[in-house]
Amino acid sequence: MRNRFKYSAVLSALVLVCCGALILGQHVNAAGEGKITGTVKLDGAAPHMKGIDMSKDPYCSKAHENSPAHLETVVVGSNGGLQNVVLYISDWSGTAQASTAIPIFDQKNCMYTPHVLAMDVGQTFKVTTSDQTTHNIHPLPNPMTGNIPWNQSQPPGAAPVEKSWKAVEVIPVKCNIHPWMNGWYVVVKGPYATTDANGNYTIENVPPGNYTVTAWQETYGTQTAKVTAAAGKPATADFTFKAK
Amino acid sequence: MRTRLQTWSLLMGATAVLALPMTSSAQLTPADFEPRMNMESHIGNITGHAKDAKADYRRYCVSCHGELGDGNGESFPWVDPKPRDFQLGIFKCRSTPTGTLPTDQDLFDTIARGLDRSNMPQWSTFTKQERADLVAWVKHFSPRWVNEKPGTPITIPPEPEVTAERIKAGRDVYARVQCWKCHGVLGAANGPSAATLQDDLGRPIAAFNFTEGSRPKCGDADRDIYRIFMTGLDGTPMPSFADNIKPDEAWDMVFYLRTLMRQNSKAKEMAKQLGLKPVDPNAPAGQQ
Repeated sequence: MRNRFKYSAVLSALVLVCCGALILGQHVNAAGEGKITGTVKLDGAAPHMKGIDMSKDPYCSKAHENSPAHLETVVVGSNGGLQNVVLYISDWSGTAQASTAIPIFDQKNCMYTPHVLAMDVGQTFKVTTSDQTTHNIHPLPNPMTGNIPWNQSQPPGAAPVEKSWKAVEVIPVKCNIHPWMNGWYVVVKGPYATTDANGNYTIENVPPGNYTVTAWQETYGTQTAKVTAAAGKPATADFTFKAK
Repeated sequence: MRTRLQTWSLLMGATAVLALPMTSSAQLTPADFEPRMNMESHIGNITGHAKDAKADYRRYCVSCHGELGDGNGESFPWVDPKPRDFQLGIFKCRSTPTGTLPTDQDLFDTIARGLDRSNMPQWSTFTKQERADLVAWVKHFSPRWVNEKPGTPITIPPEPEVTAERIKAGRDVYARVQCWKCHGVLGAANGPSAATLQDDLGRPIAAFNFTEGSRPKCGDADRDIYRIFMTGLDGTPMPSFADNIKPDEAWDMVFYLRTLMRQNSKAKEMAKQLGLKPVDPNAPAGQQ
């Protein structure tokens, strides 16, 4: 219960900030799409990612015989770039993107690929399995947001599961059969991007205007930056998270 | 502490993403549920009214389920499994697909049946009208019953005759979809993943043990067992297998599960005569 109180205190503060941002943000929704690009880096030594013991499922441990599996809560590239950071426009007031792309969340070698899947509200995504072992795919949103938890099995060779989410939320996903399997669905409103192995990203299809770009990382939280997008001239927003 | 900081920043991250704040149930008071006091339930030709269940709920249910229906009643600390949080609208025993609301009939049946191996007794002492009223009362705690409709119940074909072929086919399904990962090859709830199972709130939870003679939580008729693995038990690790087990195969599975149970049944007798062996977890896919 105490947690819930803390939660609501932070919430009210954030809601105020968000509302403020919404009022201040001036959007010029004109034709001609711009983009926002940049790099997300980690300042400091990359934290040690623990190895994963998959011995309780021989299929899984065999898949990692030659490349031991590690946790993916902080994935840093050779140049210090942070992977799996989701970038989105937190003061987006346009309509949802009419994106027809269907992001894929695969269960491969008893890990989630990708570990973090960003998507738009209402956008269809697909959960697939490449494994010869049964998984259960179990997202755990807070039902109070309008996103309802579900739990489906995917035995070897199972058909993909197609779903979408109704509301903006960061949703943890897990497999109860393989307790080390943890991933995220980051549901946002409007255009988004996820950083690659070098920490680079590009948010495409951004109408010219002033925006607040938010970077979300599962361990380090969020950072924001103000940018101005113009047609034909990409706006830049770089972020640096401090290693803890 | 690092963990604390991490949790904190994670929380910040999560909340910043949320344009609309989650409703925090801690601040809710009974007045918040007042607008939904006209909630109804429909069980056959009986109509339940939430307002008529107020007294029964206060007398019989509130100590576990709490005044706010959040499962945080006075007895909460001493009860395991924990009482449901009715504000979330998530229920184990449903005839509807995973991620959907149960039907009024599902909730009505749960009240009468009770939940085996929990502190929820069989409330057969209530009249049907009282139970229907209580169903409406349970529903008035969650806005989901205003915003969503219950899911469409799954179709259960008529039960076929149990045969040796069906039992063997059921064993193949048990092997193929790997029920044994949690429930064990003999159904003794000792599969490799059994020890680490957690419910949606992160509390340890046990897989159903077929061998010890207890009743499945959501009913022990053949149709109940069929329904349990096809819809899954929301809020728990038990997923829905509706997409991966065909209706006819599902009946085979019911018969095979009967052979694992301690209770005598026709299927169990037939399996004994067949000398049916448990599934081999190391056999390649499709070769039992």
